[in-house]
Amino acid sequence: MHRTAVKKVVLENVLDANDTLARANRDVFDRAETYTINMMSSPGAGKTALLERTLERLRGELRLGVLEGDVQTTLDADRLARFHIPLVQVNTDPGFGGECHLDANMVRSGLGELPLDDIDILIIENVGNLVCPAEFRVGEDVRVMVYSVTEGEEKPLKYPLMFRSADLVLVNKVDLLEHLDFDLEQFLGNLDAVNPGVRTVLTSARTGQGIGEWCGWLRQRLENV
Amino acid sequence: MHELAIAESVVRIASRQADGRRVTKVQMKVGYLRQVVPSALTFGFGLVAEGTPVEGAELQMEQVPAEGRCRGCGVENKLGSLPLQCGGCGGFDLEILKGEELMVESLELEEA
Repeated sequence: MHRTAVKKVVLENVLDANDTLARANRDVFDRAETYTINMMSSPGAGKTALLERTLERLRGELRLGVLEGDVQTTLDADRLARFHIPLVQVNTDPGFGGECHLDANMVRSGLGELPLDDIDILIIENVGNLVCPAEFRVGEDVRVMVYSVTEGEEKPLKYPLMFRSADLVLVNKVDLLEHLDFDLEQFLGNLDAVNPGVRTVLTSARTGQGIGEWCGWLRQRLENV
Repeated sequence: MHELAIAESVVRIASRQADGRRVTKVQMKVGYLRQVVPSALTFGFGLVAEGTPVEGAELQMEQVPAEGRCRGCGVENKLGSLPLQCGGCGGFDLEILKGEELMVESLELEEA
């Protein structure tokens, strides 16, 4: 049987569906007056450890909430449970063996369990991954990247998508600098090449270095709202 | 592997736009800055198309090179490779004009 084909012009952006849902999430956050941070990094850069230090310092002063994204397990959420803050875990594994990022719909699925009216700042801890989370807006006000000095100087050049989209970069594990060949100036130069003028804070979740500056940055977010 | 999530979205768009007909080809535009691996997208596309009107369709990708306007000297550049840098003054502060496309352009459908 001979079939003829007909061409149909579509011109539809692949991420439109996600962006629409992200805007809907953003409306929900804005109505609740919740400032929302999308926190992204490689696996093991120290997002959860930084959140622990942050909660130790700011709990009782700011009303913080956390949405934890992970492919599987509740290990990260378990670590933060001791702070008795609003906390919800979203596992991404119902997809094809586990999505490597949070998208707007996954975040939306977790929002029902969070009392947003009682949260000043919601931190969304994305799945550890340097590429995929950058593609998917989830309704955040800002993006904060955590980058550890054990990851090498060149990653901003290799993974510009995420580094370009960050509003703040926490350069973590700086207590290890004396043991590493990591060239901090070179890294900061590479970062500035892909995201000129982006603000950075040198942190160590282990020693507490920079945690005060990072918490100050968080406080300022609410003053600007 | 954001290619799999992108493939799911492409198949969803194509299935909806097909209005019940079979899709034989999907034509996409993919910008250089999207960091999409074509082979991974093709693989994911074949996988998620199974059981949909898009099953067996060919995926064609037109890759769009990055272009930007320098905020320093105003020159418009084709941006070859990373890091993105102005060919005029060497500056890094660029307004991206092309290279962020991720779009389903057209479909080829079997005649009803």
